[in-house]
Amino acid sequence: MSSQHRVDLSRPVSDEVRKTTCYMCACRCGIDVHLKDGKVRYIEGNRDHPVNKGVLCAKGSAGIMQHYAPARLKAPMLRTGPRGSGEFKEISWDEALSLAVDWLGSVRSSDPKKLAFFTGRDQSQSLTGFWAQQFGTPNYAAHGGFCSVNMAAAGITTIGGAFWEFGQPDWDRTKLFVLFGVAEDHDSNPIKIGISKVKANGARFVSINPVRTGYSAVADNWIGIRPGTDGLLILSLVHELLKARRIDVDYLIRYSNAPWLVIDAPGTAEHGLFARDGEGRPLVFETVTERAVLAGSKGARPALHGRFTLPDGRSVRPSFELLAAEYLDPKYAPENVAAQTGLDAGTIRGLAAEIGRVAFEETIEIKQPWTDVNGQRHESFVGRPVSFHAMRGISAHSNGFQTARALHMLQVLIGAIDCPGGFRYEPPYPKPVEAHPRPHGKAEHFGSNQPLSGPHLGFPLGPEDLLVDEAGKPTRIDKAFSWDAPLSAHGLMHMVIANAHAGDPYPVDVLFLYMANMAWNSSMNTAGTIRMLEEKDEATGEYRIPKIIYSDAYSSEMVAYADLVLPDTTYLERHDCISLLDRPISEPDSVNDAIRWPVLAPDRDVRPFQTVLIDLGARLKLPGFVDHRGNALYADYADYIVRHERRPGIGPLAGFRSAQGDRAGRGAVNPTQIERYIENGSFFSAHIPSEALFFKHANQAYQDFAVKIGFFDKPQPVTFQLYSEILQKFRLSAEGVREPFAPQEHRARILASFTPLPAWYMPLEEAGVDRDEYPYHAITQRPMAMYHSWGSMNAWLRQIHTKNPLYVPGAICDAHGLRDGDWVWLISHHGRIKVEIARSNVINRDTMWTWNAIGKRGGAWALDPKSPEARKGFLLNHLIHELLPPKGDGMRWSNSDPITGQAAWYDLRVRIEKAEPGMVTEPHLPDQRRIAPAPDELRYGQEWSE
Amino acid sequence: MHPALSIIVFTTLSGMGYGLATLLGLGLFEPAALATKIGYLLALALIAGGLVSSTLHLGNPQRAWRALSQWKTSWLSREGVMAILTFLPLTVCAYASIFHDRHLVLAGVLAAGLSLVTVYCTAMIYGSLRTVQLWSQPLTPVTYLLFSLSSGATVGTLLAVTGASRPWLLAVLAVLSTVAAWMVKRRWRADGKALPPLTTPETATGLGFIGRVRLFERPHINDNYLTREMGFQVARKHADKLFGIAILLGGFVPVVLLVVAALAANAMGPGLTAFLAAFLAVLAHYAGVFVERWLFFAEARHAVMNYYGR
Amino acid sequence: MTSLPAVPTPKKLGLVIDLDVCVGCHACVISCKEWNTGGYGAALSDQDPYGPDVSGTFLNRIHSFEVLPVGAEKIGEAGDARIVHFPKSCLHCEDAPCVTVCPTGASYKRGEDGIVLVDEDMCIGCGLCAWACPYGAREMDLAAGVMKKCTLCVDRIYNETIDEIDRVPSCVRTCPANARHYGDLADPQSDVSKMVAARGGIDLMPEQGTKPVNKYLPPRPRTALADSAVPLAETSAGASGFFAWLDGVLERI
Repeated sequence: MSSQHRVDLSRPVSDEVRKTTCYMCACRCGIDVHLKDGKVRYIEGNRDHPVNKGVLCAKGSAGIMQHYAPARLKAPMLRTGPRGSGEFKEISWDEALSLAVDWLGSVRSSDPKKLAFFTGRDQSQSLTGFWAQQFGTPNYAAHGGFCSVNMAAAGITTIGGAFWEFGQPDWDRTKLFVLFGVAEDHDSNPIKIGISKVKANGARFVSINPVRTGYSAVADNWIGIRPGTDGLLILSLVHELLKARRIDVDYLIRYSNAPWLVIDAPGTAEHGLFARDGEGRPLVFETVTERAVLAGSKGARPALHGRFTLPDGRSVRPSFELLAAEYLDPKYAPENVAAQTGLDAGTIRGLAAEIGRVAFEETIEIKQPWTDVNGQRHESFVGRPVSFHAMRGISAHSNGFQTARALHMLQVLIGAIDCPGGFRYEPPYPKPVEAHPRPHGKAEHFGSNQPLSGPHLGFPLGPEDLLVDEAGKPTRIDKAFSWDAPLSAHGLMHMVIANAHAGDPYPVDVLFLYMANMAWNSSMNTAGTIRMLEEKDEATGEYRIPKIIYSDAYSSEMVAYADLVLPDTTYLERHDCISLLDRPISEPDSVNDAIRWPVLAPDRDVRPFQTVLIDLGARLKLPGFVDHRGNALYADYADYIVRHERRPGIGPLAGFRSAQGDRAGRGAVNPTQIERYIENGSFFSAHIPSEALFFKHANQAYQDFAVKIGFFDKPQPVTFQLYSEILQKFRLSAEGVREPFAPQEHRARILASFTPLPAWYMPLEEAGVDRDEYPYHAITQRPMAMYHSWGSMNAWLRQIHTKNPLYVPGAICDAHGLRDGDWVWLISHHGRIKVEIARSNVINRDTMWTWNAIGKRGGAWALDPKSPEARKGFLLNHLIHELLPPKGDGMRWSNSDPITGQAAWYDLRVRIEKAEPGMVTEPHLPDQRRIAPAPDELRYGQEWSE
Repeated sequence: MHPALSIIVFTTLSGMGYGLATLLGLGLFEPAALATKIGYLLALALIAGGLVSSTLHLGNPQRAWRALSQWKTSWLSREGVMAILTFLPLTVCAYASIFHDRHLVLAGVLAAGLSLVTVYCTAMIYGSLRTVQLWSQPLTPVTYLLFSLSSGATVGTLLAVTGASRPWLLAVLAVLSTVAAWMVKRRWRADGKALPPLTTPETATGLGFIGRVRLFERPHINDNYLTREMGFQVARKHADKLFGIAILLGGFVPVVLLVVAALAANAMGPGLTAFLAAFLAVLAHYAGVFVERWLFFAEARHAVMNYYGR
Repeated sequence: MTSLPAVPTPKKLGLVIDLDVCVGCHACVISCKEWNTGGYGAALSDQDPYGPDVSGTFLNRIHSFEVLPVGAEKIGEAGDARIVHFPKSCLHCEDAPCVTVCPTGASYKRGEDGIVLVDEDMCIGCGLCAWACPYGAREMDLAAGVMKKCTLCVDRIYNETIDEIDRVPSCVRTCPANARHYGDLADPQSDVSKMVAARGGIDLMPEQGTKPVNKYLPPRPRTALADSAVPLAETSAGASGFFAWLDGVLERI
């Protein structure tokens, strides 16, 4: 009987709904923010949004607690105590900006490279990069160097696109989905939606991951691989597929460089390069007419193997012959890689058989005529419904670039790139490496009070594009694009503090960071990094890194190390644009971008960082930020988003351009563009024409669409680079046969890792330490309910992960007499940490793991210093050095992928020893000053209770 | 289960009060004796004190009156109703004794019966919970009734040696009920431990068809209401030791003291020795029952802990 | 009245939770918290929210279990040892013991749709209903002193001020993996009932006799990859055989 109980079933949820874009992680979902009495009542997913289609994760739903967290910074601050003390005084914005202009202005006129400007979880890289370019320092990058650059660089150079959030499986059609270790806080809702579709469709889902949590938990098959050996597994799959003749020869000829002719002239400067015509266009050998013709010639039947002699006498072979010979080698047979990978040969063979079977026996066809870029018409899109996805599990190893390349090679061999059921590009990808810029930062690229002559980041096509001086020394502070890390397309943020501290290659004057918690979880060797920030030059008494400007919205560990703090707003108080010029949110079927707008007004003396940066640009009179009379061009970031044009008609936002707001991509500035976005739910979406949906790399309709919308000014088809000429050029430099020659000390390293065909080599830390002394691996996993260290200041999210144990495989527990709740020392070649363990049986037998970035420094994030995060939580970072173990050559070799400079977080090797029970994890650094008192109890929404 | 002090105090004190009330109601005491009058006041105070104590753990005690409404289904509601009903004849009896030196048979029998029913209701609050297998044994109400009677009779002996009744009668009653209470309690505890678990992590999750189920991660790292309320754990060795202490304090010691009190009273008439022995018997008995009641909660495992790895 | 409805309720509204796809992301947990903390009854409070003993009221929590087949304890990568993420909230039982133990009549099961609710104005916060529930579906809010539980978002599912498509519980609305489904389990033709029939949906703790309305879909059976490792139709070993095959293919293109 419920008649006596009254329930108000139809109470209005809120006074108003404002639609904007989430920022609780890198996913960038559309959200409906319900407001009641000027407060956030409820946040839910926007049903119309192309990214999340209405759903929302834990982080997104916890936006309320993020927005009202006591850890929010409240006003600009100037350091008064020593660095790290957290002693600041609040100052006005005028004071703060004048001080910043003083510091930055003098650097700009004296020596612009003395500014290092690096951004962390920045979603406005097209602005920050543009600003840094106008400032004129060569030292700018975002955080991709310790995040994803292996995946991005390997993808762009191989297939003109990448995994991560730049492409995705064809979730609706795939019949076999193979997932390599992913960051479960990236592209997370689309992946969850996708996995659910895969399962609903009865497709098989295979997860390759040392740890079986998260997505792996629901996989049909879990392959608990030993960390750092994914490349070997992939090459073994390639071996099996070649042996079984399960490759798509037609696809290879059409879309890859398999038939391109490789010059065979050992010891010469052109050995291993492609034979090209006078205009640099690659050649293939035509089997009917028996002569070399241009690749892509209509009607040609190119050879895939054989040795041919060109009219000029040079001996050549199709690159595919080299490929097939390499991977048919029995060293890649499953039983020969089983021990290294820790896998059963039968499992490897079974996975290869499944890939082959599904690709070639479950082919799908979409009846949709289309025309390729060579003018050939096709009646349908034919799909090989095997899809792969990968993220940091592959990326964060020192062999990650080659591993990612191997995976793309596997995809190409079975014909599963951008086909129905396979991996699909998300616009503006595909984009060939040649269409990306070259990096800028050589001495001739910058100078006093002048902009950098081009963008900082890009892709070198060979050693001639490196940013080094005549002696081969790096010109960037992070040594990006140097012989240390030639293809470091995202820079090496993880090396900036260490290099600046060491004055190698030179010291800096101002370190300017945005949303990068470098004094904690975003650095390898956290305690060492803190010492570097705190250390003073004995001669001058000044800090080794003299001035640090930091912008963040919250009281992170890094704030205490800044000299000048510029407080940012929360994501609900700001304008932002999720731009196609930056990290886009397109889907395979649609071109998308989005905005954020202030759905709430700030209640503190804070300003959006981008607006502050634009203001600084104007005060510094940077070109692009002031007009010819020196007056500020933009009132704020919103004004910049609307009126800035990168190329004529191309601005940060693609939607609602032109005075009428009816143009997509290219079009005149529309002063009401932001209002139009808000009306549309804060995003814009343009559907790709049906005949352009697949094979975008070679689809004429797609290429025309891309030009029309403004991605390119002319069609930019992609030929898959199974054999990499770029890498071969570096080899030739290392062999000393092709200029520029690699410095002696780099040669062995380049020869070992720069193979033109994907190869596997042992991760550098594993190869550099005694494997018996450090027999195990230790890695982190991303919890789905946290985004990096963001989340501990969130009262709801922190309850899910209040501390992190070290998960230890049952077998290691038994070998060391360890039980749940025991304390251990975990020891690497660099350091040791004392932590509490928990037993688990769903881990690779040689691998321990913990959740990432749960450990906090006492007092940071406005948490009580006695919080479990600070006392029981911990970071693996203390065990990871930013440098490799010294080899006795006097060099500071970065603990990074030698090709891209990607930080090799996952290479960590450890041993474990039982410790005395403890109360606090070690090392335990002194507490920081808590920025604000926090309430003892929360009753959010009590005023709305009936 | 969390052994909340307020509930332990409530069940033990009110149990003692109802036990005493039962004996008073049955007319085992001389109504005109001062000690009997004190006994009535004591019984009323114990019952009322227990009830007040039980409201201490309520989130909204000001609404406690509502708890009388659901006697059709709820043992807790029945207990409240019965407790109040018991007050009526008991107060009438007390009035008759204190002001008129009389024992009212009908009201007394009614008070005694209602007292026992109330204790039964209290026991059934726990005994009816399938979620706590230890409690849902049929002997649970028997233990509650016996402990109620024995503690009432022990107090009764104290009253008797100060002139309210024949000491040996009450002492024999107290010794017999105490011995019976602990024998049944031992049986109850042994039976409870021997029961195969009704609910396991496998049935709780339905995943037993795959294999053995073990908690990997709790939903939230820190304790929550459920783990605080139902996740209390006491080490088996520790519990066994405590149970031994409970029997010693609440069984052997009072039995010896009761015999001493009865003999002393018989031999010397009401006097200090008999009073002291009986008084110490009451204290020891209460301490023993208190430990027993603490263990009643502490040793009980709630089904929900199958989800929490405890 | 805390008597259960005398006749079976015409509707049995409830959830079906798919353990085969739940990835344990906690989206439903937090969405539930944010909806309900400003909705039905008192706020869901959090004690010591920024301190060491942080703990709050949640109506839905996700547990994670390790399931080890016999003999798989130490196999790690090759065995079927697995993690199962396990969301849990009120199951709106037909024989809800939490309702009948309530001394005040605050707990009740709605006759029209079977939803189990607490009328907070009548709740004295005795906690007995939480003891009676084997599933841990009820939590006392320490600030309000009343018992909180899943309401199946009764203030959403009938709410005429929101779009019809959104009239589902908040957890269902937000679940990214589509692991949560809402519907009428009394209607054999409903999507949820068909799902339960097709996938062999189960009751949690059937031995407790509570007859839960919510059902759980167990993980689907899985086949090992090694079973697919059919011997390859290999014509000849090594590169020469491969190139001969390649020539044949090239002829046909």
